Amino acid sequence: MTERGGKQMRANRQYETVIGLEVHVELATKTKIFCGCTTEFGGEPNTHCCPICTGMPGTLPVLNKKVVEYAAAAALAMGCTVTRRCRFDRKNYFYPDLPKAYQVSQLYLPIGRNGGIEIEVEGKKKVIGIHEIHMEEDAGKLVHDPWEDVTLVDYNRCGVPLIEIVSEPDMRSAEEVIAYLEKLKLMLQYLGVSDCKMQEGSLRADINLSVRELGAKEFGTRTEMKNMNSFKAIARAVNGERKRQIELLEYGGRVVQETRRWDDNKDTSFAMRSKEDAQDYRYFPEPDLVPLELGEEWLAELKSRQPELRDEKRARYIREYQLPAYDAGILTASKAIADLFEETVALCGKPKEVSNWLMVETMRLLKESEQEPEEVSFSPKNLAALIGLLEEGAINRTVAKEIFEQIFRKDVEPVKYVEAHGLRIVQDTGALGEAIREVLAAHPQSVADYRGGKKKAMGFLVGQVMKETKGKADPRMVNQMLLEELEGLE
Amino acid sequence: METMVQREITAWTALELGRRIRAGEVSVTEALKAYLDNIEQTDGSYHAYVSVWREQAFQRAKQVEQELKEGKYADSPLAGVPIAVKDNICTKGEETTCASRILAGFRPPYQAEVVDRLLSAGMVIIGKTNMDEFAMGSTTETSAAGATRNPWDTSRVPGGSSGGSAAAVAAFEAPVALGSDTGGSIRQPSAFCGVAGIKPTYGTVSRYGLIAYASSLDQIGPIARSVEDLAAMLEIISGWDEKDSTSVSSEYKYTYLDVIEAVKQAFKDEKDRKELKDRNQGGDIKNACPPQVLAGLRIGLPKEYFGEGLDREVKKCVLEAAEALKALGARLEEVELPAIKYAIPAYYVLASAEASSNLSRYDGVKYGYRTADYEGLQELYKKTRSEGFGEEVKRRMLIGAFVLSSGYYEAYYNKALKVKAVIKQNFDRAFEQYDLLLSPTAPNVAPRLGESLADPLKMYLGDIYTVAVNLAGLPGISIPVGFAEKDGKRLPVGLQLIGRPFGERELFQAAYAYERWQKASGEVKELFAEKAEGGQRDDRERREADESKSTI
Repeated sequence: MTERGGKQMRANRQYETVIGLEVHVELATKTKIFCGCTTEFGGEPNTHCCPICTGMPGTLPVLNKKVVEYAAAAALAMGCTVTRRCRFDRKNYFYPDLPKAYQVSQLYLPIGRNGGIEIEVEGKKKVIGIHEIHMEEDAGKLVHDPWEDVTLVDYNRCGVPLIEIVSEPDMRSAEEVIAYLEKLKLMLQYLGVSDCKMQEGSLRADINLSVRELGAKEFGTRTEMKNMNSFKAIARAVNGERKRQIELLEYGGRVVQETRRWDDNKDTSFAMRSKEDAQDYRYFPEPDLVPLELGEEWLAELKSRQPELRDEKRARYIREYQLPAYDAGILTASKAIADLFEETVALCGKPKEVSNWLMVETMRLLKESEQEPEEVSFSPKNLAALIGLLEEGAINRTVAKEIFEQIFRKDVEPVKYVEAHGLRIVQDTGALGEAIREVLAAHPQSVADYRGGKKKAMGFLVGQVMKETKGKADPRMVNQMLLEELEGLE
Repeated sequence: METMVQREITAWTALELGRRIRAGEVSVTEALKAYLDNIEQTDGSYHAYVSVWREQAFQRAKQVEQELKEGKYADSPLAGVPIAVKDNICTKGEETTCASRILAGFRPPYQAEVVDRLLSAGMVIIGKTNMDEFAMGSTTETSAAGATRNPWDTSRVPGGSSGGSAAAVAAFEAPVALGSDTGGSIRQPSAFCGVAGIKPTYGTVSRYGLIAYASSLDQIGPIARSVEDLAAMLEIISGWDEKDSTSVSSEYKYTYLDVIEAVKQAFKDEKDRKELKDRNQGGDIKNACPPQVLAGLRIGLPKEYFGEGLDREVKKCVLEAAEALKALGARLEEVELPAIKYAIPAYYVLASAEASSNLSRYDGVKYGYRTADYEGLQELYKKTRSEGFGEEVKRRMLIGAFVLSSGYYEAYYNKALKVKAVIKQNFDRAFEQYDLLLSPTAPNVAPRLGESLADPLKMYLGDIYTVAVNLAGLPGISIPVGFAEKDGKRLPVGLQLIGRPFGERELFQAAYAYERWQKASGEVKELFAEKAEGGQRDDRERREADESKSTI
């Protein structure tokens, strides 16, 4: 037994991790939640704002209907009960990035409650409960200028619509957390409700985590972890916090209810504020907005317009395109890839061929360039054209892969590219015959080997001919002509 | 000679002035000049304005003059008429301070919807009027620019919070003005200053650009020297605005001047009939009984509004006015509103709660006042807000923060919301039997300066007859109905009529019939006569006394 701080370590206890998530998602509306300003990411500081989103005195909010539509669509897709008469509340606190000194949010009557999302980890299915989904506005951003030693405020993000999805404390491991987030992200992307780009902050997750002895009825004291900017960081933060809490308990300490900030570079977290410092937000109903009546018909119509979600799409790919389940799974794992697949197939048919390009080459190049599937930027028409060239036999597969890299990176037009670089297959049998004869003359030993029964020499000779023709020859034709030549000489 | 003309110009109602401008008898510039001259002469005594737009107003007047020549504003009866605007209503590019130090120098880059509507109607803004800081107060004494004085007795307050607007209209420094009313802030100063003012049904006038005190109760409305002018003003400023989610849809857009016309016609018909009859019978027309223009109108007198705390003389005036309405054909009965006694505490809880949130944005970061020396964010907030806000505003923000804080929300805020709902039910039930309710506007005449702020709780109780109307979102009008004599001075008394939601037409009908019958506006003209004679000397004294006062 180890001793530390005079306290004895407890022996061999088994712990269970209890995790709930609060996920903030920026909605993909063109304009902000209460004014007409653009929601576009970036932009010069304070150029995407107006008197309303900067909370100037006397201005009033007008709710963007699209926000309600998106939030309700998310709530329906997650099996929530939609609150027919919901309303907004004010969350009051002082901070320079919050120009009104209150955030318009929903506390008392959120748009959705009591839903759930099914996840699958290591073949085991499980439903993670959704406690509630509510709408709110985003705050601005503080920028510290170390040169001048001043802090500046950028209000561009002020009033960008968000939904916060609060799960029940139903997750027990980092794997479950990631599976939940993946599923959530896909669902929102498929709904077209959000692009869920973590790098741009349009999906942010806070982790509520506690540990308890296996079999215990009560939850342990939980902490809230913020500032993870990738799924990998989230997984590390979950494991790190689990370890930290267990160690605390093992050495007789106790977990303090607090908010912690994850530092992914240091692979550790720091306490930000304890429960005692927690602010009293003095919520009350927002008097500048009228309660929202969501009619039965409107909801029914919204439901009927709900796009095909991942599971349905996967099933359809198998059925409609006769794709292997494996392919369908990979293609639909990203809405961007699935869209690209469907658009390309619509242009050139050949679903399996399209699938191969996306599953193998695209994924490889994404990995190489450390990009997310959402960042794919080439157009389906160029992939379709490339497949067309292959089908015609105008290029061979090696050349096609080379061109695809150009398509992936620069979205080049394959037909033009082939012409410009002289990559079309050499169909002229005269020129090919000459190249073959040259190769045979240059490599008498190989010819002798072949004739002596070493059929492997054939491969070497084909390679040499390809080299001679700079890869433009059709390998099948090279094979055939070589064979004729070798047999003929006999 | 010129002053005679000017005196005439400022004595006309806004509609009369509008008619004469249209007829070419008076130019827009002349009208403006007449009022600016009055301001020049007397506002040193009353301090109704926080800013007077001399240059801008003349420019605007010339523009409107030209536009009138080009045939613009054909349907606008108040084109060319000057108007004063309360300083909590945003005017683009012009200082808008809510009479608070914290908004010193604030020039909004946007315009309030009502201001846009005034401009579309061809009106000429003459300046911004004084008010209680952020509209919190009943006396216009909490203004950072110094107090406004009651034109009837400068040792007394004009009421508040729209005291500057009411005083400007009463002192002939503006023909009409805009005020805002959260708990009586249009009606009570109108009563104290002997003018007419209406708080429309919540949602009738856009709040876009009205700097919020308590968003769920605030409503903009006009103040004028005649009911007819109020009707004309409300036609201009009311109507749906896409920028205000709480503004009601255009199906609730009403006309009001036609109601006035109908009453006028009824009087005329009645007079013709009487004259015919009297000629035939050789009787005396002067003793004629008034026309029954209010026949069929049922008016309830809430018992609770005539009880303890009501000044005897005020009560007498109001009951006499009620008799006059009866003589015009209305049926009067007593009615009970049992929950009304909880209106004041409920009002101060709800209004303060919203105020604490609405006023949190003034932090010295973005606009307005910022403390000179500070270290770090907390101190910036603390010092800016401590120095920038006055005592009454701080008091209400503290009350508001308290009633919303965790552990007290249910006991205060939520309970006040329930009281609000019960009060609304009380009114709903009363309006099943009555078309209008009648009460005094305030329990007393205008108090002396300094009296009210010494005892804020007493001041809050002065709102007893007005706050419930805001809690229920109803329309309420205050009209002058006579005078009570205090310390040898005649001080105006106001009567309040309360209507159903969107019952402004009935309010105008009854109020105009009364005004027409009593010629109450004659009393207001007396003030002008007094002012013309002894005003100058009074002014000098006042101005000397004002010099020591702080300004924003």
